[in-house]
Amino acid sequence: MCTYATVQTTLDGSAKGPDSSWFHVTDGTVYFDHPVHAMAEHTLNIDFADPSKGPSARVAVELTAASARCLITAIQTALESAPAELRS
Amino acid sequence: MSDSLSADTVMIAGYDGDEIEVYVARPSEEGPRGGVVVIHHMPGYDRGTKEIARRFAELGYDAICPNLYWREAPGAAPDDAAATARAQGGVPDERLIGDVGGAAAYLRALPSSNGKVGVIGYCSGGRQSVLAACNLDLDAAVDCYGAFVTGTPPAEFPLKITNLVDQLHNLRCPLLGLFGKEDSYPTPEQVADLDEILTANDKPHEFHSYEDAGHAFFANDRPSYRVAAANDGWERIQEFYGTHLGG
Repeated sequence: MCTYATVQTTLDGSAKGPDSSWFHVTDGTVYFDHPVHAMAEHTLNIDFADPSKGPSARVAVELTAASARCLITAIQTALESAPAELRS
Repeated sequence: MSDSLSADTVMIAGYDGDEIEVYVARPSEEGPRGGVVVIHHMPGYDRGTKEIARRFAELGYDAICPNLYWREAPGAAPDDAAATARAQGGVPDERLIGDVGGAAAYLRALPSSNGKVGVIGYCSGGRQSVLAACNLDLDAAVDCYGAFVTGTPPAEFPLKITNLVDQLHNLRCPLLGLFGKEDSYPTPEQVADLDEILTANDKPHEFHSYEDAGHAFFANDRPSYRVAAANDGWERIQEFYGTHLGG
């Protein structure tokens, strides 16, 4: 489907991208739409990117809806397991 | 008819005179013949779309596919370009009209042209095909499962699109619509609304909605591919363009 559904957020971190190089991640784009590679008709897609470094400075992830929900839970569990003073 | 063809990447003038990349596929035989502007889907100016352009050349048309994301991501991989364009809000309608207009002018200037040009688009390109046909002098338009020709687009997202309901009375050429009954974007109800509006405005159109098919049933590299719908769809396109782009 062509949902056009897109949510953007700023991020601060790093990702390992093209040519196995690490780069600083500044932007996240999250959308539920066509995947490029995943064998599903629609997926939850996340682009971790640094637009200042050009279109290829991007780590793309395409997850089925169910696995995206598992990821949310895993992220929340991992964050909550850390000592409170480290979570900011 | 020979099925020999050639394909190349060239630069043309698009919206506002901007130079943009296009993929051109042409039959080897002499003309005269019609031309087809192929509008790529939201995932971009990719291998699958270029295959479609070559298929139109094999069917006897000069075909051109503009890279709608050239400005955001010149020379980038199609998936990276699509991601960049999405993050920047997508393709503005005015720019799309200018780029398709430039592509149509390129086709009409070819020595093989008979002066007739059609447009076809897939997914987001389906909506853009209708948009182009409401604003440009084209001879036939094909909408393959374009969402938000009718219906209400999401308002809260960065991709700012509107439906085309207020433009449909300006449709300048016959429209062929190919849809999947299991699609949600557009829904069968939205397709029925479009049918009703075009009928009320006395606009020639022909719609086919396929059972057991959802969105992107032409995409033969995706799980959404439906061979029966795609094969019949190609036959409908051949017949439609044969009627309106021939001669």
